[in-house]
Amino acid sequence: MALVTVTIDGQTVQAPAGTSVLDAAQSIGIKIPALCYDPDLSAVGACRLCVVEIDGMRNLPTSCVTTCSEGMVVRTNTPAVLEARRTLLELLIANHPLDCMTCEKAGACLLQQYCYEYGVLSSPFKGDQHAYPIDDDNPFYLRDMNKCIVCGRCIRACEEIVGRNVLDFAYRGFNTKVGPFMDTPISESDCVYCGSCIAVCPVGALEEKKMVGVGRTWELEKVRTTCPYCGTGCTFDLNVKNGKVVGVTGTDGDVNGRFLCVKGRFGYEFIHSDDRLKTPLIKKNGEFKEATWTEAFDLIASQFREIKDKHGSDSFGVLSSARCTNEENYLMSKFARAVLGTNNIDHCARL
Amino acid sequence: MTNSIGEIANADLILACGTNTMEAHPIIWYKINEALHKGAQLIVVDPRETDMAQLATIHVRLQPGTDIALLNGLMNVIIAEDIYDKKFVKERTLGFEELQQVVAKYTPEYVETITGVPAETIRKVARAYAGAGKSTILYTMGLTQHTIGTDNVLSVANLSMLCGMIGRESTGVNPLRGQNNVQGACDMGALPNVLTAYQNVGVEAVRQKFEPFWNCQISDKPGLAIGEMMTAAGEGRIKGMYIMGENPVLSDPDANHVVHELKHLEFLVVQDIFMTETAQLADVVLPGACFAEKEGTFSSTERRVQRVRKAVEPPGMARPDWEIICGVSTAMGYPMSYASSNEIFDEMRKVTPSYAGISYQRLEKGGLQWPCPNEGHPGTPIMHCNEFVCGIGKFKPAEHVPPDEMPSAEYPLLLDTGRRLYHYHTGTMSRKTMIEDYMSSDTLEINCLDASDLEVCDGDKVRLTSRRGSIEIPVRITETVPKGLVFTSFHFSETPINQLTNPKVDAKSKIPELKVCAVRIEKIA
Repeated sequence: MALVTVTIDGQTVQAPAGTSVLDAAQSIGIKIPALCYDPDLSAVGACRLCVVEIDGMRNLPTSCVTTCSEGMVVRTNTPAVLEARRTLLELLIANHPLDCMTCEKAGACLLQQYCYEYGVLSSPFKGDQHAYPIDDDNPFYLRDMNKCIVCGRCIRACEEIVGRNVLDFAYRGFNTKVGPFMDTPISESDCVYCGSCIAVCPVGALEEKKMVGVGRTWELEKVRTTCPYCGTGCTFDLNVKNGKVVGVTGTDGDVNGRFLCVKGRFGYEFIHSDDRLKTPLIKKNGEFKEATWTEAFDLIASQFREIKDKHGSDSFGVLSSARCTNEENYLMSKFARAVLGTNNIDHCARL
Repeated sequence: MTNSIGEIANADLILACGTNTMEAHPIIWYKINEALHKGAQLIVVDPRETDMAQLATIHVRLQPGTDIALLNGLMNVIIAEDIYDKKFVKERTLGFEELQQVVAKYTPEYVETITGVPAETIRKVARAYAGAGKSTILYTMGLTQHTIGTDNVLSVANLSMLCGMIGRESTGVNPLRGQNNVQGACDMGALPNVLTAYQNVGVEAVRQKFEPFWNCQISDKPGLAIGEMMTAAGEGRIKGMYIMGENPVLSDPDANHVVHELKHLEFLVVQDIFMTETAQLADVVLPGACFAEKEGTFSSTERRVQRVRKAVEPPGMARPDWEIICGVSTAMGYPMSYASSNEIFDEMRKVTPSYAGISYQRLEKGGLQWPCPNEGHPGTPIMHCNEFVCGIGKFKPAEHVPPDEMPSAEYPLLLDTGRRLYHYHTGTMSRKTMIEDYMSSDTLEINCLDASDLEVCDGDKVRLTSRRGSIEIPVRITETVPKGLVFTSFHFSETPINQLTNPKVDAKSKIPELKVCAVRIEKIA
């Protein structure tokens, strides 16, 4: 692809034709604030926070939807740019609850971060405030549209990533609101609860219900692992606090990026289910009795030895597991072949 | 998969046969969705009008179990219209003449009589698949869970080779596997006829390699597959079983039989994370650690080996499954002792050529796709590029054979089974989460015409009966299923549909025909 050369804040950079000014700037480490921009979604230039100065262009163009052209000279931090961004942030927080002390998103909220960077403490603009009820009529996530900044990332994720097209903008002007068809609660919509909207939301408007109140974002240890459900091989972070998995969040998986499905994102509670087996159990007179590992191993060994002596190796059957790790399946195969002496080993590959 | 998941997003045409990707593999659907946004065509072959079928460019709504006829029909058109890849066929395949002969009689008009798919649709799909720059085939159990499952798969392979749609980016024949590590369990040799990396136990050189390594004698006799094992247990030929992390009582066909067979055993050990329906039948139950409580690796459907990492401690006395196997083995006089799962992986890769170049250290930087023969090898996203793994690609044409059970006077409807988006397999894991608050039972999908004949309304409970069993289940009237077909999932022990399904298997793959069996419905007053 043809390369174009542009100058950003005095640095020269070559970028493939069609690259946005924002992406070109980021490629040389120049950060431009943006709320509606998301690298996994189409750029729409709605929040206008990413404005820059470009020689020869009128006003302040939005860098996420302005493509680089040969010889372009860009400045990302002039007084006019900074003033525009500050004003935009003041406008945004004029109608945004400033409850950062208790907001679940605190520490991971882009609006909070930019207000901090630009020194925006309060808004000089006084006007109406939304007072929407919180939509939490489903087991998975809550929507607090009072915190929504109408960036539209969730709408684009639902369409461009998930292909379900559940969300869009409803109403107009100050009343503009993101919602499903007919602005019903999510529970009455076609939502499939993959939580991709939560993954892209830059503020605290969308939150996993079960993660509310379990800890601040910076307190959660993230352990990167592979999903235990279907065979796609999605990567995610188990969020751990005090030895418990308290949630699942997307990361940068080889296959799935930040996105998951309902099972991957919300199907983790079985880990700490009260029904988990906690001790070996031995059946005596038709009832299970708790046992030690040694008792269980000894009983199995003696019974298996007896069967082997009496009936031979091929009187054993072993079912290994598509749920267990490679290491465990390898050992089970070794156990069947080397210890029991049979090739009668299979698993549910066919089901 | 011959290709990788990410490549689907760049395909020009996606032929999805017997896969409800949107529900069973949502993230793979996201790639299809991405391709659709870039202008790709999506052709869905499914008797059910799933959500994905509704979004398809063409929905090929065939009669259950008629895939071979359809695929042969597509190849008939492609050959008749001379739009196949002659260079590919000449240079890389064998048996074209035989294929030509077999598919000759499958004219679109003839295929229409078998599949119910209009001849013109068959022509349209054939031209689209052969004419696109990059066509990829995705399939799952809708093709494999038939008594002719192997021939179904060979037929999609024939189609891809005929059009040269393999060995290139965004093409290929791509089975989407249903369980997190079903690929890995196969790769590791948890199969009756092969050791790791599909090294056949019947081959002397293979046994000679493993015997000194494992310090044992390996039987040259291929073992029994899961269904055969159950039958053998029922007949008293198998006396002892060790079941790890499987719940055959709910997942296997003809479930009443499975319970009977397992009860027949002298000694049953079940190792699981929950007291499953299968564990309840055991003599000894061993508590395993779940994925979040241990280190290891899983191999995904695209052959990508990825790390599993420990986040929390197992509950009570539960232990990682590998530690338990070591305990049992050691008690039996064959000491197994490993300091970590890494040590097991390193032992495994010494005898597993396709995994030889993969190490925990390399996996820290991201997943690696096998074959990866040495540590300098980058892994293999696309297989069969310049030549097939087996050398030349052989066409293996197949004839249409109807399912084992067809509608009869006594059992006038066909039952199809599968998955729902919200649950997974027998629900052991997903039903113990908040998802259960959203969906805690299933219904039987039934067409409005059949519902009207039976005089049942939405939510009415019916008795659903096959030659093997009977369950009660509420109906949901929908046009997702055509007249004559009903559908439900196998996730729920309250509606254990596998008590009804047909255990008749494909002779080669031993996969049971879970996708079609004949049933009748009676209204419960």
